[in-house]
Amino acid sequence: MSQIPHDPERGKDYSLTGERARHAEDAGLVSAVWYQCPVPRKRMKELMQRSDGRALRDTALWLGAMVLSGWGGYVFWGSAACVPFFLLYGLLYGTAANSRWHEAGHGTAFKTRWMNDVVYQLACFMVMYEPQVWRWSHARHHTDTIIVGRDPEIVEPRPPRLHLMALKFLSFPHVFNAFKSLFQHASGQMSEEEKIFVPASEWPKVYRTARIWLVLQGLVIGTALFLNSWLPLMYVLLPTIYGGWLSYVFGLTQHVGLAEDELDHRTNCRTIYMNPVFRFFYSDMNYHLEHHMFPMVPYHALEKLHEEIKDDCPPPYNSLIEAYREIIPTLWKQRKDPSFYIKRPIKAPSPDVSDTAERQESAFS
Amino acid sequence: MSDQWVEVCHVDDIDEEDVIRFDHQQKTYAVYRSHNSEYFATDGLCTHEKIHLADGLVMDFVIECPKHNGRFDYRNGKALNAPACVNLRTYPVKVEAGKVMLDTQGQGNP
Repeated sequence: MSQIPHDPERGKDYSLTGERARHAEDAGLVSAVWYQCPVPRKRMKELMQRSDGRALRDTALWLGAMVLSGWGGYVFWGSAACVPFFLLYGLLYGTAANSRWHEAGHGTAFKTRWMNDVVYQLACFMVMYEPQVWRWSHARHHTDTIIVGRDPEIVEPRPPRLHLMALKFLSFPHVFNAFKSLFQHASGQMSEEEKIFVPASEWPKVYRTARIWLVLQGLVIGTALFLNSWLPLMYVLLPTIYGGWLSYVFGLTQHVGLAEDELDHRTNCRTIYMNPVFRFFYSDMNYHLEHHMFPMVPYHALEKLHEEIKDDCPPPYNSLIEAYREIIPTLWKQRKDPSFYIKRPIKAPSPDVSDTAERQESAFS
Repeated sequence: MSDQWVEVCHVDDIDEEDVIRFDHQQKTYAVYRSHNSEYFATDGLCTHEKIHLADGLVMDFVIECPKHNGRFDYRNGKALNAPACVNLRTYPVKVEAGKVMLDTQGQGNP
């Protein structure tokens, strides 16, 4: 996510408080009706079903792998042999946790509510996404996906800043901004943009969480100083930095280079076929088009959902490399021509689905 | 007590632990059948954003909005988790001669 401050050097104002926010409203892009591929209601009910089993298994694998890799890092600390263990630990902490906060935040990982909440809070802490702010930010992202002036989670506004993107691979801007935000919230203040999408009733929780997190981070830093060792930080805080790069690689493929200000997820989301290891780290969010179109379908059913709707969608990308073969030249071109984007091939809307605001037909036929 | 009962559907038109959309006089409702075949009705649109709850997921006595996963107890309309913060209005429902009847003017819980 990025709360996007206004950058006067950009042609468009991506902030939530600027002219584009008003433009989006005038153009009927706010809380609008989005196209949905038709899916039989009976089938959709099957796909939406929740269960604890799959998420319990994946969570056990995730946390178990963190314990093992963390233990390996500890045993070999002080020698080069610790590096592969901490690389793995970092990916589990800084990348896998990212997709877990997302899925648990949707409430779709587990059937049991409190399990989603526990994983959500833990994963949020790992990737330094403040739980209340991001829940509301993400709700807005789903309501107004890549609508300029409305979506606080447009990862790369146009034109892209390639030098900043390089820093983002190591999560430096994110961690810096996260601490800035934590200190602001701990002092009892919200930013002007946050006030737009976080209800005032939630602000006390934001302040409380920020204070708790700063104490916890402070304890880790204090322990490291006391022990005169980097080791505590290798387990908390630093893995957000050294382990988040794969999350950034995944995240860029979701929407970057595609359409803005269009009410059809087929034009602004990518679905990419990935191997099982990547899918484990990414919690099946490679089916990003399916997820945006039907966010109530849990991660483990997205592949099946993809099979249901793929004939009504643009062709998926066969790999991350294929997606980046499109993204990199697009970003390069957008430096000079921010109006350029990839137009995904879509069919005309199915005649079975009415997407007029008046009727808002269900897409479940 | 009002007397504006309208027929929604046959009792079996709603599966157990499911919901249907019912539109009447420019208003939309969500009508539920619980796992033990009790019937309930609420406003049809989520109070967070105006999304049809009939497209959502029913689990036990909870309806989950399909857009942002906000949850409500459909028996009393209570909002259970963010981003659902405002309760749903509920409406009295009864079953007569195999038909589900809804009181559109009834004093439901806000």
